[in-house]
Amino acid sequence: MIGELDVARIRKDFPILERRVHDRPLVYLDSSNTSQKPRQVIDRVSEFYERHNANLYRGVYELSEEATAMFEDARARLAQFIGASDPGSVIFNRGTTESTNLVAHGYARKVLRPGDEILLTEMEHHSNLVPWQFAAQATGATLRFIPLAEDGTLDLSGLESLLTERTKLLGVSGMSNVLGTMPPLERLAAAAHAVGAVIVVDGAQLVPHATVDVQALDIDFLTISGHKMLGPTASGGLYGRRELLERMDPFLGGGEMILEVYPDRSTFKAPPWKFEAGTMNIAEEIGLAAAIEYLEELGMRAVRRHEQEITAYAIARLTEAGATVFGPRDVEQRGGAVSFWFKDIHPHDLAQILDQEGVCIRAGHHCAQPLMRVLGVPATARASFYIYNSNDEVDALVGALERAEAIFGA
Amino acid sequence: MALEELYKEVILDHYKNPRNKRDLPGGELSCALNNPLCGDQITIHAHLDDGRMAEVTFEGSGCSISQASASMMTEAVTGRSLEEAKRLAGEFRGMMEGAVEPDEASLGDLVALKGVVKYPVRIKCAVLAWDAFQEAVSGPGQT
Ligand SMILES: Cc1ncc(COP(=O)(O)O)c(C=O)c1O
Repeated sequence: MIGELDVARIRKDFPILERRVHDRPLVYLDSSNTSQKPRQVIDRVSEFYERHNANLYRGVYELSEEATAMFEDARARLAQFIGASDPGSVIFNRGTTESTNLVAHGYARKVLRPGDEILLTEMEHHSNLVPWQFAAQATGATLRFIPLAEDGTLDLSGLESLLTERTKLLGVSGMSNVLGTMPPLERLAAAAHAVGAVIVVDGAQLVPHATVDVQALDIDFLTISGHKMLGPTASGGLYGRRELLERMDPFLGGGEMILEVYPDRSTFKAPPWKFEAGTMNIAEEIGLAAAIEYLEELGMRAVRRHEQEITAYAIARLTEAGATVFGPRDVEQRGGAVSFWFKDIHPHDLAQILDQEGVCIRAGHHCAQPLMRVLGVPATARASFYIYNSNDEVDALVGALERAEAIFGA
Repeated sequence: MALEELYKEVILDHYKNPRNKRDLPGGELSCALNNPLCGDQITIHAHLDDGRMAEVTFEGSGCSISQASASMMTEAVTGRSLEEAKRLAGEFRGMMEGAVEPDEASLGDLVALKGVVKYPVRIKCAVLAWDAFQEAVSGPGQT
């Protein structure tokens, strides 16, 4: 038992953790990529298909009413999980990438004018960069970037010159998927609002691993990827401040998002439904509700504390083994995505050798090519942790690194 | 398959002591490619003299498989006629697709890369240098 989580008990809820790869126990250290799913989530999805499956809103029959109620209940759960008092401020979709594109299309394209600026950071995931490039190209706005400091935190010393009255939107990751860095969101939100900009927080990594309260932090938009927080793939969505959602243009047009349709024009439902066109990811969002229940039962504070402990242990063990660890050392300022470089063995080679030992890590640019350039590496190896990981698995990782070292004679 | 079969001695040797890894001023053919999946980058330079690959060099960075494959390739094609070099590239690709049983006589050290076939994500690493070579020798200015 580490922190306040009973990892041995938790592991029993995850069927996949019983399997072996290459005849070794599975050591899954890639939860920043996608998390594993507990039995409770898998069962909820199965139960939906076995007992309640129907399309939403359309049916005037029991099944459809049940499906609709379950779906809307999932929305309320997700809203509550992130501290939003109004379930209607949560739009369901496939997750962070779709959410960022929705804000870029429905909000940014509508409000940006030539000369306006979008402020991002040097550590953003491509999904919190490319949609803004589209929006900037379409509107004549310019992209600017908050630099990274030596220690892997954001360098906010020049914030006043970067965040000005020209800035209309600040986009920042709540937790870097490469460095683990957790920027001071409350401070950034206040600074953005002071110049009249909105703040869009990429919550792909933050929401699964820490308590988030959009109202306390005063965040305007928050993106959520359900598959990284024990939920099904293609679950999650976007939180948006109600008055901003009202102003936004729809993104996808089609069934369910409309009120009245004429041959040449249409009127639309109110948010969130205005942004939910066509048949939705019903089973996935209902499964996400089960994931949220699971996390809430553990308590997000305990989740965070557990990850801080295992991250501190991993940073210490990796450093001891001769690896260069990127990102902040202080686990108060970071999450459990730990990128490293080991003795000039290319991350791809490393990941391959580790796989043979049953250890799954990610190798590559982690969808953050600009950040790789800032760090001066072509790629990194990354281990990332979640509620079901133990210090023993960190030891297995370090043991496998020694095997790689033996093969490469590094 | 044991990892040692993937990371054969000869592959590690080419990786640690790459052959012909340098710029080639005056090389009239070149092509740079990268593998976005893992950040491997390879630039191939070649100098043709009277229809023969007089000199072939590479520059770049990446994993052991991509770098070793590039190093071996420069050795394998140097001295061959353009036609032979292209045929060899085809043969190597065939081996990587698992379609052709490699012929050690023509492929030489490159046969060591056969083990990569079992690791689909790594095949791209192994063929990157060959893709660059093929583009270089069939690019503009080349008939
Ligand atoms: C920080 C960050 N942002 C965005 C994404 C994209 O999330 P998704 O693929 O769920 O849309 C990820 C996932 O890798 C991420 O780690």
